[in-house]
Amino acid sequence: MEALFFWVFAIGMLLAGASVILNRNPVASALSLVVTMCFMAALFALLNAFFLAAIQILVYAGAVMVLFLFIIMLLDVKAEAKTRMRWISLVLGLVLAIFFSYELSLVLRDGVPMGAVPLAKLPPPPSDIATIGRLLFTKYLLPFEVVGVLLLVATIGVVLLSKRDNKPEAK
Amino acid sequence: MEITLNHYLAVSGLLFTLGLMGVILRRDLLVIYMSLEMMLNAANLTLVAFSRFNQHLDGQIMVFFTITVAAAEVAVGLALIVALYRVRQTTKVGDLTTLKF
Amino acid sequence: MASGWLLFAPLISALACLVWLRRKHDLAMFLSVGTCAISFAIAVALFVGAIPVPQPWNWISITGGVANLTVPIGWYVDNTTKMMLLVVTGVGLLVHIFSIGYMAHDEGRGRFFGELSLFMFSMLGIVVANNFVMMFIFWELVGVSSYLLIGFWFQKPAAAEAANKAFLCNRVGDFGFLMGILMYWSITGTVMFQLNAASASTLATQTSATLTTLGVLLFCGCVGKSAMVPLHVWLPDAMEGPTPVSALIHAATMVAAGVYMLVRIFPPVLSASVGAQEVIATVGGFTALFAALIATQQNDIKRILAYSTLSQLGYMVMAVGIAAPGAAMFHLTTHAFFKALLFLAAGSVIHALHEEQDIWNMGGLWKKIPITFATFALGTLALTGFPGFAGFFSKDEIILAAYEKFPCLYAIGLITAALTAFYMFRLVFVAFFGPARTEKAEHPHESPAVMTAPLVLLAILSVIGGWSILGIHSYIAGGHAAEGHQPGHSLTLGLSILAFAVGSLSAYFLYFNKKSDPIRISLFANKFYIDEIYLNGPVKFQQAIARILAWVDNWIVGGCLVRGTAFVSNLTGEALRLFQTGSLQAYAFLFSFGTILILYFTLLR
Repeated sequence: MEALFFWVFAIGMLLAGASVILNRNPVASALSLVVTMCFMAALFALLNAFFLAAIQILVYAGAVMVLFLFIIMLLDVKAEAKTRMRWISLVLGLVLAIFFSYELSLVLRDGVPMGAVPLAKLPPPPSDIATIGRLLFTKYLLPFEVVGVLLLVATIGVVLLSKRDNKPEAK
Repeated sequence: MEITLNHYLAVSGLLFTLGLMGVILRRDLLVIYMSLEMMLNAANLTLVAFSRFNQHLDGQIMVFFTITVAAAEVAVGLALIVALYRVRQTTKVGDLTTLKF
Repeated sequence: MASGWLLFAPLISALACLVWLRRKHDLAMFLSVGTCAISFAIAVALFVGAIPVPQPWNWISITGGVANLTVPIGWYVDNTTKMMLLVVTGVGLLVHIFSIGYMAHDEGRGRFFGELSLFMFSMLGIVVANNFVMMFIFWELVGVSSYLLIGFWFQKPAAAEAANKAFLCNRVGDFGFLMGILMYWSITGTVMFQLNAASASTLATQTSATLTTLGVLLFCGCVGKSAMVPLHVWLPDAMEGPTPVSALIHAATMVAAGVYMLVRIFPPVLSASVGAQEVIATVGGFTALFAALIATQQNDIKRILAYSTLSQLGYMVMAVGIAAPGAAMFHLTTHAFFKALLFLAAGSVIHALHEEQDIWNMGGLWKKIPITFATFALGTLALTGFPGFAGFFSKDEIILAAYEKFPCLYAIGLITAALTAFYMFRLVFVAFFGPARTEKAEHPHESPAVMTAPLVLLAILSVIGGWSILGIHSYIAGGHAAEGHQPGHSLTLGLSILAFAVGSLSAYFLYFNKKSDPIRISLFANKFYIDEIYLNGPVKFQQAIARILAWVDNWIVGGCLVRGTAFVSNLTGEALRLFQTGSLQAYAFLFSFGTILILYFTLLR
């Protein structure tokens, strides 16, 4: 049953991902990305990471992608023209992709630790939200607070960046 | 067929490759940005998979941080794109080649 | 501490004049003359023992390692020093006073007096120095002030070139001097003139070859500064400087510093090495004769005196070489009097004739400028060794010292004495007697009192300087002055009077009342072609090397190394520039490609 879910989610995610980069229309790309994120959340759930699955949906599919769509609408981005795909970047990109996949296969063939252990044979996971919360506020307290400061900085930065420079009229 | 860690890693790697292709092939900054998000997600999947197979929660904490940082990054990045658009009236990378000698 | 003002007073004057008072001529003049008077007063006080010598203090002290170097700033004062201080400050003061009149109309006299004070400071530093390093520093300082003063009228190309020539010739000598100092230090472990017992015995046990090398190297400094052959060429050219400078620096004091230095190092170094003494005596004697021969055919009044100075310096150096440093210092003292007098009187003549220096354009001056003529004549008599005058005693002392040791030098001394009388009387007869040969010579004007007063004082000193009542000689020689009982004394006395008579009479017959020079010896007139030899030998050689080095510098160092590296960097930059397309995706591609390559090489190979 789990294997079936895995294959469905994984293939669905990869197809949606391919659709992100193949669609000429940015809106379509963004919507495909939402689908990708959802499948990703489902995979997280398969791995018993329910908290992260929820976060994934909330933050990515909810907040980030809405932001993307909003910007696309705001800037009124047009679909890319058909003729403008340059063959040289296509070739180079494919070479890169093939080379990277080849490396990936080599790594997997050589084996990673516990790489061949089936998921079903594992003991039940330690994960629950309470444990993660406790870890966050004990062992990872400092990174957690640093991330908080980072978010604050990002907020201020965004405000500054999007403020129109209208000093001449201000006076 | 049993699902193993290798399967997850392979899926994650393929998604990462897709994102990389997107970064290199697409011409619109916004789409490139989406591809970047995809690459980040691929890395997240790897971390969660390792976390699960090692019976250890640290990987999930990392993913939590990654998502937070990615959210901040998207906010700042999109603000930059908007600011750029105001000046250059474009989001196509082909038109943004001032960074050369 | 009061005695320290001997050095500080001229130093302050030099700094003040050169920094602030270059345009305030009168102030600079008074300051310079005043500080010189202060120095003279302190020298007198030191002479009579009224004030003590300052305490030495350690300037450099490096200990540990293989060698120790301790350089104190301290004074070494004995009878020789005191006499030298009196001479330097006394003659210096008179020259300062003379300069007031001589330089009265010069635009740069603020600078002139500042440089003169700088010279006084440096020269007094040499005289009081108690170690080689301190002496060397002041040695170089007098070189600098000499350079500045020779080139005082730097707008004249001849003066600027003469200054360079003097400086370069001194460099050659000073290099040897420095090597000598280093050798002395490496042998004895100290740079002091006064050695303690251990160092003295170390020095005494050296091989004679080592000691000779040491002595000759130190003598190199004297060769440069006192203008011995073969580095004598700068001194005649130095006459391009103002005449008071020639009198003070290039006749009375600075050029005598070489002799003073030899006397200073005589007891520890030179007395131990017969070889070095022979070299010094030979060079000195040769210079004496050589310069006297050249002087017989010169026509410029200052150049005749310059060659005469060379010749007399040769006498002094020869005296050191024949182990008679007392006689050398005695002659140095009397020579300072009469040669300063001759130069100042020559300056007075030049001043009277409006910058005329060729003796064949003079004539009949004795009636028109009587004070100058009288003092010049007295100086000439003193220089040529007229019996009873200063030069008579001191020169005889040297010739007598040569009698026993080196008969050859004895003969050279006598011949030179005759030649000295010849060229000096030639100068007197041509310049002061006979008809006036040019319009200028018809109407000279006697110099003002501020110039003639120093002349008169120096003339008196030139006359009485050698008298034993004054006791200069016995004072310097520390009471061991040779009295009249040495072998060959009466013979020498007779021969030197004969030499004077021969020289002066032949000059009288050849030159009295003549319109032009009856004899022409181009070898002498052209100074044995030494300048030409130098120009065609060492100078050509150096220019060839310089050209080769310039080529190497231009093409190998500059072309390959400097411009080559710049060219390669530039080319690399031009090539790498092509990678900077400005295309975001090209960068992304290159970046990820590199990452993948690194992964490949680290993980999979």
